[in-house]
Amino acid sequence: MVRKLRAAPRRVTLPKHPNQFIKMRIPIETFSLDNGLFVTLSQDRTAPIVAVNLWYHVGSANERPGRTGFAHLFEHMLFQGSEHVGSNEHFELIQRAGGTLNGSTWLERTNYYETVPSNQLGIALWLEADRMGALLPAMTQAKLDMQRDVVKNERRWSIDNQPYGTWFERLSALVFPESHPFHHSLMGSMEDLSAASLDDVKEFFRTYYTPDNAVLSIAGDFDQHDARQQVEKYFGKIVRGDGKPQLTAMELPRTFGKPVRAVVKDDVALPRLYLAFRSPVFGSDGYYAASVTSAILGMRRGSRLHRSLVRERQIAADASAFTFDLAKGSDILVADVTARPETSPQKLEDEVNREIDKLMKEGASQQEVDRAIALIETDMVTAMQSASERADRLSMFATFFGEPGKLNEQSEKYHAVTAHSVNDFVMSSLGPDNRATLLFVPADTGEGKVSESADGVTATAAA
Amino acid sequence: MTTSARPLPGPAREYHFPSFVRHTLANGLSIIVAPVEKLPVVTVLAVIDAGATNDPHGLEGLAQLTAEALREGTAKYTGLEILEGFERIGSSLEAGADWDSTIVSMTLLKEHVSKGQALLAELLTAPSFPENEIERLKAERLAERLQILAEPRGLADESFSKFLYPEGTRYSEPMSGNSTSISAIARQDVADFFASRYTPDATTLIIVGDVSVEEAVDLIEATLGSWKGEKAAGPSVERQATRRAKGLEVIRKADAAQAELRLGHKGVSRSHPDYFSVVVMNAILGGLFSSRINLNLREKHGYTYGASSYYDWRCEPGPFVIATAVQSEVVADALRETLSEIDRIRSEKIPEDELSLATSYLEGVFPIRYETTSAIAAALANLVVFSLPDSFYGEYRQNIRGVSTADVLKAAQTYVIPEELRVVIVGDPAIVVAPLKKLKFSDVSLQSPVEA
Repeated sequence: MVRKLRAAPRRVTLPKHPNQFIKMRIPIETFSLDNGLFVTLSQDRTAPIVAVNLWYHVGSANERPGRTGFAHLFEHMLFQGSEHVGSNEHFELIQRAGGTLNGSTWLERTNYYETVPSNQLGIALWLEADRMGALLPAMTQAKLDMQRDVVKNERRWSIDNQPYGTWFERLSALVFPESHPFHHSLMGSMEDLSAASLDDVKEFFRTYYTPDNAVLSIAGDFDQHDARQQVEKYFGKIVRGDGKPQLTAMELPRTFGKPVRAVVKDDVALPRLYLAFRSPVFGSDGYYAASVTSAILGMRRGSRLHRSLVRERQIAADASAFTFDLAKGSDILVADVTARPETSPQKLEDEVNREIDKLMKEGASQQEVDRAIALIETDMVTAMQSASERADRLSMFATFFGEPGKLNEQSEKYHAVTAHSVNDFVMSSLGPDNRATLLFVPADTGEGKVSESADGVTATAAA
Repeated sequence: MTTSARPLPGPAREYHFPSFVRHTLANGLSIIVAPVEKLPVVTVLAVIDAGATNDPHGLEGLAQLTAEALREGTAKYTGLEILEGFERIGSSLEAGADWDSTIVSMTLLKEHVSKGQALLAELLTAPSFPENEIERLKAERLAERLQILAEPRGLADESFSKFLYPEGTRYSEPMSGNSTSISAIARQDVADFFASRYTPDATTLIIVGDVSVEEAVDLIEATLGSWKGEKAAGPSVERQATRRAKGLEVIRKADAAQAELRLGHKGVSRSHPDYFSVVVMNAILGGLFSSRINLNLREKHGYTYGASSYYDWRCEPGPFVIATAVQSEVVADALRETLSEIDRIRSEKIPEDELSLATSYLEGVFPIRYETTSAIAAALANLVVFSLPDSFYGEYRQNIRGVSTADVLKAAQTYVIPEELRVVIVGDPAIVVAPLKKLKFSDVSLQSPVEA
């Protein structure tokens, strides 16, 4: 599956009061194997379940020209068996163990995860180790062809047959220069998917699916000593990789430098605007003010865009804003606003821009900052209830920063954001020279449109 | 480099669904408290006997609109003040109606519970339903209707309900109403619906999280103890008759990139005594990733990204649905394969290891489903809505374990009925219609998407 990007992704941290701070601190223990596998353990014995989570530091950004979508197609291949595991057996063994599982692909990483009853930790680790250590003996042309068809159907389902379905690949193409690793489609083109070969599978595996290019997190109910021993037993003999090619330059100027704009006529019922801004990368000093700004603009119904455009002026049917949370090069802050039926695309675009101008002119108040931080904080704490979320966040901080412990610092980072730092970000990053406009306009085809007839079905003879 | 020996599970640690306590206030309000101490988080959920099946004819969507309108103003506060009140304490109030109940809920940090509960109580007891806010909510719903009908999945789901349940039955119309019925709702309808259905004796407050039973009961007593009112004698519940003959309908979506497929028939009610057999049977047929339908359509043929089946559990029999989206060219093949899986599960006993896959999965994931306060609260709400015994979650895994291969066969033969299957396909007629006509569904009718 491809990571869903619709609402602001959840992040995890601690509440501000010292007593709760202690109560909420996530226990973290780390170690590395000789082959370079970095491991994080976080114990929570309240329920007999445990989450296993692996991040490989490879995503669509690492694809070579002519192979868009390959990282994600490859993710599918990881469920097709390995030396000691049959095709589709990975799913069956975990489900038989009473667990849930999946994987997802993103621009910068690919993750694989299981949550199982705690007495089944072994099978989850063994399965992950078998495919990390010995995937290729199980790879066949027939399996690749089958998953290629599945992925093409995933593309049709999630992108091509969905109103606004192409927004993510269109926006990525619009906001990142053509040579940039984030520019091309994550899901890939049908043509490139067709071109992917078994040799590509082998090369990609050898280059990127190595213990020194992965982190493993285990969260939940386990015995520290036993977990460590099992990790060493199953992963310890896997051979280190030979290193991976450097990505082409990721650094980008802080702003676009000029307005950027694309208009798409599509089979949609209502106009929708995606207005994007370059913003500081995830986890950087400037990131937290940008994240709070996105919440001020579009997190929940009390945010600026929702309150003004949906509630008060009733120009929009819905409005939200979020950051992509990219950790390299440049992050993107996106406002996503859908028009009411009577609002023209032009009016939608003008009014959203006016709201951004207004924020620049009057600045965000401390009250707005407090509202945003309170909402973000509840989401972060709530997310920590799930072992799977905990493990995934730990893997994220371990992959991007080598420090899973940063998870425990997120609350402080958010609480350090002030109206002043938000307004610094607003003034430097929301101006006309840093706005990318992606506007969806209903194509008037007559098909797929709502009929005007008042009742009943208009029967037509079968073709 | 890797180890061939598969690890065996160690001894399982015991798990118990969180224990909960019931309490009833003098005004008839029910309370359920489940203390869960893991994190300083609390979910408060009110479940009210006011579902979409209680919508009057012609005003479908009234239960949903009433739930949303609770947030838009009270005797003391404007809608905006309520919104700000919740968000200032880092929470949002969710409000909506499903078929059988209205659910209003919030999840917040423990330190904010009293403030949140004071607001929630104000909304439940003294909403003012401002006319302008009701009109805005209606306009938002109407915009949503346009979005659903332009979206192949939503269009397929709604077209399937319409094709399954006869015109005039509540289940044939969308849960949140259609554009005609939404437009017809007036402020007074909302106020009347509220007055007749939102009463303390029709409401259960569920509190889950870092809170003691005493704290929770005291808080509810203090905020809702003086709420007055008695449930009006409700109209008898409408029997949801279905069309029982086979049929196939294609909804025209020219140039669709894929075909959305739905097939099924009327299922069984949530209170049916064969519930566990049906759950296990469905897991094997189409409920799991490793289910027969998904493995066939996705992993054997590559027709789709995924295929699944489910029983939509409601007080009255909701639909049994098999849902997938396939490449347009293979829609008839996908349908044929699906029908063959239905025949197979009805004609022979499943092997023991296929049964154990389903039962061990359902048993094992049980604790994983209830990691969060909001999931536990929703589970407790189901006890109320479907009148399940308090022992339901405690005995769930044992009941799953009790299902045999004979039970699965009987469930398939009894509750999957090939003669009643109705099929809806949203797709490009130029590609999908001709191959479909060769299947044994005698009539293929082609329709345009419409909104009543």
